[in-house]
Amino acid sequence: MSPMLCVLEQRDGTLRKVSHEIVAAGRKVADAMSTTVDALVFGHDDVEGLDALGACGADRVLVATHDTFRLYSPEGQTATIAGLAANYSTVLFAATATGKDLAPRVAARLETSCATEVTDITVAEGRVVVTRPVYAGRAIQQLRMMASTAVLSIRPNTFPVTDAGRPGTLESIPVPEFTANVEVVEVKAPAEAALDVGEAAIVVSGGRGLKEPENFSLIEDLADAFGQAAVGASRAVVDAGWRDHSAQVGQTGKTVSPGLYVAVGISGAIQHLAGMRTAKVIVAINRDKDAPIFKVADYGIVGDLFEVVPRLTAEVRKLRAEG
Amino acid sequence: MKIAVCLKRVPDTTAKVVIADDGVSIDPTGVKFVPNPYDEYAIEEAIARKTAAGEGETVVVSLGTDAAQETIRSALAMGIDRGVLLQIAEHPDPAAAAALLADELATGGYDLILMGKMAVDDSQHQVGPQVAERLGMACITAVAHLKIDGGTVTAEREIEGAVEVVRCGLPAVITCDKGLNTPRLPALKGIMAAKKKPLDIKPVTAGESAFEVLSLTLPPDRPPGRIVGEGPDAVPELVRLLRTEAKAI
Repeated sequence: MSPMLCVLEQRDGTLRKVSHEIVAAGRKVADAMSTTVDALVFGHDDVEGLDALGACGADRVLVATHDTFRLYSPEGQTATIAGLAANYSTVLFAATATGKDLAPRVAARLETSCATEVTDITVAEGRVVVTRPVYAGRAIQQLRMMASTAVLSIRPNTFPVTDAGRPGTLESIPVPEFTANVEVVEVKAPAEAALDVGEAAIVVSGGRGLKEPENFSLIEDLADAFGQAAVGASRAVVDAGWRDHSAQVGQTGKTVSPGLYVAVGISGAIQHLAGMRTAKVIVAINRDKDAPIFKVADYGIVGDLFEVVPRLTAEVRKLRAEG
Repeated sequence: MKIAVCLKRVPDTTAKVVIADDGVSIDPTGVKFVPNPYDEYAIEEAIARKTAAGEGETVVVSLGTDAAQETIRSALAMGIDRGVLLQIAEHPDPAAAAALLADELATGGYDLILMGKMAVDDSQHQVGPQVAERLGMACITAVAHLKIDGGTVTAEREIEGAVEVVRCGLPAVITCDKGLNTPRLPALKGIMAAKKKPLDIKPVTAGESAFEVLSLTLPPDRPPGRIVGEGPDAVPELVRLLRTEAKAI
């Protein structure tokens, strides 16, 4: 079986966490197919952390360098990958903003469909079989990929990274000529780097139970207490303009699978539940003991969030201070 | 400016999913079907841009079954000028769908092709860029802010934790994210007018599928949880459970 190609993501010269997960997913399939894993990195200068990719499962690390690769270059990266893809049985991307833009372009060059937001990959009768949520998480689909090169994007936080102890040899690869019709001119980062709800290990989300947009400070404080936590929001409060759409969890927002999801003042509409039900641990804090959110929560507290959340923030801070 | 909008008919987002007897699709009995919510941003954008320009044409193209006529009429009621139904017995895979849409769009002389960033049924997030690749057009996906100045498109799209500013020329394929605009509701006058607007029906057939659907199942139930307690006094016990039992913190 032909090898796996894992297309990694970096920002400002640092590999993104999901990049390790792509390599780990590639390793899993490669082991099932008795083949090897190549990791492909785009950069314009040095990218840090490439020496750690062998441990994630990469046999070779391919580096494509170009002036435009400081930022995302849709056409340049599509041309580079499309030039390599025929040598591979599977090309894996992350189901991120970049991966969901790039993977379909590559799939189109290969005249095939890609499978988006894949949560599991197996091999049956020499073909890649993927599991992916559809209807915004209200159903799960299994697809057998029929093309000679399968194109997939994997959902962040889904494939565990384990020490695979591979060599991870570095090689430079050429970038083919391409015409850049689309140019990323700038990345506007917020003053304080915010974790993305789709990628964070812990997500604390607030809903209409917070009553006023200002009260989201309670959610921010709790997220801050956990550390490495993102602030999410229900559709109701995003539609009301309290929070940016990038924070929305559920249908017409993001589907998340963090290690811990804390739902505060969210009743649990079907669209919200579909967006967070794959979290490993769910905590719900709500005044209404009959709220649907308690049906999916592992742990619930029934009570006034304005009393419960500050106490929880204090307890979590205390615990972390104790180490 | 000539603007095309690609539109898909999808099950309502609040619809309860019931798996059909074939084990690979949903049972449509009693399910309400609606225009794909992300495509509604595309419809609104097309109408608003034509209105602002004071000239041009807006066309909605839908690949779907005969029932999609109703969905096209709802776009016409919002203010789109005319519709095309690429009539097919069942939805093909994304690459085949993109090929059929691109065939229809190739000869239209469109300056701008708009559609949602994804359909909320199969959530594949790829027909836009696939259409653009086939037409050799520029493409920007998941756009939440769009400026078109002369022949230059400047778009903003959310990337994890930041915003990417992207530029391209026309013609272009733009896929729309929530935040781009607020789709209008069709007025009664629009609904009446929509009945008289042209709707072409063109039967099409898809090529071979890039994948085979092996199964469609409901997500596994989560194991039953528990109420730890009531009010702030339950917090220490919750923290203890998260620490020692769930090992989540």
